Amino acid sequence: MSSVRLLVGTRKGAFVLTSDSRREHWEVEGPHFGGWEVYHVAGSKANPERIWASQTSSWFGQVLQRSDDGGKTWAAVGNEFSYEGDPGTHLWYDGTPRPWEFKRVWHLEPSLDDPDLVWAGAEDAALFRSEDGGKSWQELPGLRLHPSGPRWQPGAGGLCLHTILVHPGDPARMVVAISAAGVLSTRDGGSTWAPANRGLRSQFIPEPEAEVGHCVHKVVAHPSRPDVLYMQKHWDVMRSDDWGASWHEVSGDLPSDFGFAIGVHAHEPETIYVVPIKSDSEHYPPEGKLRVYRSRTGGGEWEALTEGLPQAHCYVDVLRDAMAVDSLEPCGVYFGTTGGQVYASADAGDTWAPAVSNLPAVLSVEAQTLP
Amino acid sequence: MTPAGAGAAGGTSALTARVRVRLPAQLQKLAQLPAEIVVAVDGAVTQRAVIDALEREHPVLGGTVRDRATDKRRPFVRFFAGESDLSNAPPDEPLPAAVCEGREPFVVVGAIAGG
Repeated sequence: MSSVRLLVGTRKGAFVLTSDSRREHWEVEGPHFGGWEVYHVAGSKANPERIWASQTSSWFGQVLQRSDDGGKTWAAVGNEFSYEGDPGTHLWYDGTPRPWEFKRVWHLEPSLDDPDLVWAGAEDAALFRSEDGGKSWQELPGLRLHPSGPRWQPGAGGLCLHTILVHPGDPARMVVAISAAGVLSTRDGGSTWAPANRGLRSQFIPEPEAEVGHCVHKVVAHPSRPDVLYMQKHWDVMRSDDWGASWHEVSGDLPSDFGFAIGVHAHEPETIYVVPIKSDSEHYPPEGKLRVYRSRTGGGEWEALTEGLPQAHCYVDVLRDAMAVDSLEPCGVYFGTTGGQVYASADAGDTWAPAVSNLPAVLSVEAQTLP
Repeated sequence: MTPAGAGAAGGTSALTARVRVRLPAQLQKLAQLPAEIVVAVDGAVTQRAVIDALEREHPVLGGTVRDRATDKRRPFVRFFAGESDLSNAPPDEPLPAAVCEGREPFVVVGAIAGG
């Protein structure tokens, strides 16, 4: 019988939630690495028992943990993330140059078919790769050394590389997203990169349609149609039908097009999910109503999904890596909040229930569908 | 209490000094170590040499008390020995004789910060 395992990163540790295919009752294990921030927990696609966790602390820096038994036991692997050569500078908040400095890993992206291969997205923005299960890491410096790099500027959360998409048909093609540089893509495995932000418009930067400088919050794709990308930008929900070469807005009738998380249905490539947030100065849902919005048309037309979600006095946020789907039928959809709830829907979003309610603020949620 | 084996030799001797190191709770848990351990330091007993030994003997602690790229102490970590705050002392300056000789531990503290 199939089951689902949720990998939850929080401000004070990691949690592993498991349920059978009905997805009604959840067993909660954790906290692992209690007291440490866990930005992301990600399972290998090639070997689901292998899981990586990015454990980090303002006091003690970055630790990378790995489990080879589905999250029951963990061991630290390599945490040496060195920028290649002279790291150079990017722009600081005040517009002055600031040396690149490694702070933490925001996102881990395991290979689709190699259990030892995993990419890591870092703050300050850089892409690292491990071919030995996380023991050692090598930067792909072509990204950071892109000519626009000295003009990249951090978003409020830092200059973070938070999205890594590897094309399932050609692993040399990758897309990454950085707050607040935007999207960059490579066709040669990461040696050379090009900005992929045409069509984005950000009113808050000096040149609203600049080549780089956009605060992209998250980008997702469906594995069966990897050239179609969906983006939650700082403001605006966007879509690209040509793998980032151009973008158009699909915010449509959303009550707010600000937000962080975005997800795509496991079996319906045109069905996508967002959680509207009121504004960048008020990081909570409009009207205090926690609503997931679903579009079955790839954006543009949206329906509110509210059953089982609080519809009054709710002032949580849903962060960029805190939404996931499983691949059961019907598709399960999950998201975590800064209030410590992880909500689960076993019917593609029609109804919701908390899988767990009082965790620390949730930073990330990943779903593993197990045979 | 002095851990067994601490301070067999000290100062700038070419012999190996056995230096006591006290760790904050977070690092004890991370490395699965007791509150106080002993590390072997060859040559001059300095901050750098003690942390080198700590990272060599317990690789999981690599990068946790000082930045891997710059070797600078992490901003929210402090170093003490006896009554002295050594956090801003030069990393290659010899540590007090009491640390070198195992009478006092080299103390790593996670600063209390954040309210």
